[in-house]
Amino acid sequence: MTSGGVHSGEAARRRLRKRHAAERRFRLYGLAAIGLALGALVTLLGTVVVRGLPAFFGYEVTLDLHLDAARLDPQGGRRPGDLGRGDYGRVVKDALRALFPEVKGRRERRRLHALVSSGAAFDLRERVLAEPDLVGSTIALAVPLSDDADLFFKGGVDAEAAEADRRLSDAQITWLRALQSEGRVARRFWTRFFRAGDSREPELAGIWGALVGSLWTLGVTLLLSFPLGVAAAVYLEEFAPKGRLTDFIEVNINNLAAVPSIVFGLLGLAVFLNLSGLPRSAPLVGGLVLALMTLPTVIIASRSSIMAVPPGIREAAMGIGASPIQVVGHHVLPLALPGILTGTILGMARALGETAPLLMIGMVAFIVDVPTGPTAPATVLPVQVYLWADSPERAFVAKTSGAILVLLAFLVAMNLAAVLLRSRFERRW
Amino acid sequence: MTTISRPAERSQLYLTKITTRDLNVWYGEKQALFSVNLDIERNRVTSLIGPSGCGKSTYLRCLNRMNDVIEGCRVEGKIALDGDDVHGEDVDPVQLRARVGMVFQKPNPFPKSVWENVAYGPRIHGLATGRAELDEIVTTSLERAGLFAEVKDRLDDPGTGLSGGQQQRLCIARAIAVQPDVILMDEPCSALDPIATARIEELMEELRARYTIVIVTHSMQQAARVSQRTAFFHLGAVVEEGETGKLFTDPREERTRDYITGRFG
Repeated sequence: MTSGGVHSGEAARRRLRKRHAAERRFRLYGLAAIGLALGALVTLLGTVVVRGLPAFFGYEVTLDLHLDAARLDPQGGRRPGDLGRGDYGRVVKDALRALFPEVKGRRERRRLHALVSSGAAFDLRERVLAEPDLVGSTIALAVPLSDDADLFFKGGVDAEAAEADRRLSDAQITWLRALQSEGRVARRFWTRFFRAGDSREPELAGIWGALVGSLWTLGVTLLLSFPLGVAAAVYLEEFAPKGRLTDFIEVNINNLAAVPSIVFGLLGLAVFLNLSGLPRSAPLVGGLVLALMTLPTVIIASRSSIMAVPPGIREAAMGIGASPIQVVGHHVLPLALPGILTGTILGMARALGETAPLLMIGMVAFIVDVPTGPTAPATVLPVQVYLWADSPERAFVAKTSGAILVLLAFLVAMNLAAVLLRSRFERRW
Repeated sequence: MTTISRPAERSQLYLTKITTRDLNVWYGEKQALFSVNLDIERNRVTSLIGPSGCGKSTYLRCLNRMNDVIEGCRVEGKIALDGDDVHGEDVDPVQLRARVGMVFQKPNPFPKSVWENVAYGPRIHGLATGRAELDEIVTTSLERAGLFAEVKDRLDDPGTGLSGGQQQRLCIARAIAVQPDVILMDEPCSALDPIATARIEELMEELRARYTIVIVTHSMQQAARVSQRTAFFHLGAVVEEGETGKLFTDPREERTRDYITGRFG
C-alpha cells in the first residue's frame, strides 16, 4: 500500500468505522422491526388459540333416559311419523328429576332443566328414530350441557361471587357438582362444532354451515375470477393494441383494485339482487360480488407475471412459426402460471376474509341449515365470526375465537395448496 | 402472388433466394431502413455487418416478418422469397417463419427437455405423425446441428441445462427441425466463448449445403471466415455488398474501407 493515499491513514480508518457502524445500526433496525412484528403475531395468535381452544371441547352429562312408550309413541306403531312427534323434552326432564327428586316448585325445576341443553331432546329423538326398538327401555345417553353449565366446568363461573352476579344459582352449582361426583359429567371433543350449523345456543352452534358457505362462495369466485382474469390479462398483455383505450382500461383496473370492498357489496345489491332478482343470502351472489372484487387483483398479478416471461421465449416460439395463440398457450402461460396462481391465491385469501360486501347482499342472516348449493341461504366464515362476536352469551367468546382458528386453518390450507401448485409448475429458464 | 424479376446475370451462377427491392422501415416516426436493395443467394452464407443501430438486425427481422409484432413498425417495399412476396395477402407470417427459421443472439431454448425443444416445431406444423417420426426428426436435426453425440443420453434433460454453445446449437437444431429453406442468425455467437463460436462457424459451413444462411455479426473476422457474401450497412442503408473476399480486401466505398479498417464503428 502506498503511503499518503486518501484511502489509508487515520482519517480513512475513521470513515470506514463510521460506515460499518451505520451498517450495524441499520441491521439492528431491521431486526427490531422483525422482532416487533413477530411479537405482535405471536400475541395475536396466542390469544386466539387460548381463547378458541375451549370451543373445541365441551361437557356432556350422561342421563338414564326412560323411553316411555306412552310419551314417545302413544299410537304404538313405531312409525317414524309418530315417533318424530314424541315429547322427548319431557323424557329428558324426567330423567333429571329422577336424579334430583328433592327439587320441588316450578322455578327450581326450571332451573334444573336449564342445566341440560335444549339440544338433548333433539339428540334423543335422532337416536330413537334410528332405533325405534329402544322405545320402552331405559338407555344411558350422553347429552350436551347447557352453555352456562358447560362454562362452569370450564372454570368460567366464579362460584365465590355473589349469586346475583353469576348466571348459575347456588342450587344449580350444587346439582352440577353432584352430577360430577356421580361421574356423569365428561369432557368431550366437541365434534358438534365442526358438523353443525349456527344456533342461538352456543353449545349447539357449529362452524360447518359457515365453512360450507365459504367453500361455495369461494368456488363461485374462483370459477369466475380466475378464467376471466387470466383471459383479460393475456389479451391486454399480448394482443391488445397499445393506445388510449388500453391505457384507460389499465388505469381503471388499477383503480378498481383499490375500491373499498363494501362498494362492491352495494353494486352487488343493486345489480344482482334488485336488477337481476338473484336469491338473497346465496353463495352464488356472494361469489359474484367477491369475483368482481378479486378480478382486478388477478388481472394485475397475471399481467405482471406474463410480462416477466423472458421475451426470448416468445421470439423463439414465434421464430419457428408458432401462431400467437400457440406462443401464449404453449410457452407464455405455463411460465407465467406460478405467478398467476400466487396472485389468484392472494385475491382468494382476501375474498375469504371479506365481510363487508357480503353484509350488503344478506349473507349476514342467521342461518341454521348447512347450505346445500350455491343458491341456498348461507353465511361465510368471517361473517360467522362477526355474528358470534356480536352475540351476548359468554360461551360465544370461545366460539368466536374457535371460528377464527377454523378460518385461519382454511387460509393456511389454501396457501399450502398454492405453494404446492407453484412448486409443481415452477420451471427455471 | 407478385413475382419480382431476378437479375439475370447473377441467377445463372447462383440462384437468388431472397430479393429485396426498395425496402423502407419505420419504427414510429423514426426511419430505420432507407431504400434497401439486396439479394441473398441460395446455399451461401451472407453476412450483414455494420456499426450498432445501422439497421442490419431490422433487415434480418424483415425477412421472416418478426417485425410484424413490434408496435408502430411499418414496412414498405418488396421482399420476395423464391419470387413470392413475403408481404403478399395470401402469406401467413406463421407459415413464412416455418420456411425462414431464426436463431437469436442469446440462446433461448424453451424451458423444456432437449427432445421437446426440437420436437416442438415439427409438432405444431404437423410434420410428423406419431412419436417414432418425431424421434427421427429430432435425431436428424440434432445430428445436423452437431449436437446429437453430446446430448443423445440426456434428451429428457432440460435444454436450459446445456452449456451456452450447446444451447445455441440446440436452437439451430430447433430451427432446422421444421425444415426451413433459410436460416437467419442474429449475432449467434456474441454470447459464446471462442471455442463454442468456432463450433458454430464450422456448423454454418456444413449447413449451407442445405440451407441459405443470413447472419448478422459484429465481428468482421467472423464475417470473413464464414460468409461468401457480405453486405455493409450504415445509417439504415446498404453501403456496399459483394463477394466477401472482395469486400474486405478491395472495397469500392470509402465508408466501407473506414469501417473494416477500424476507423469507426
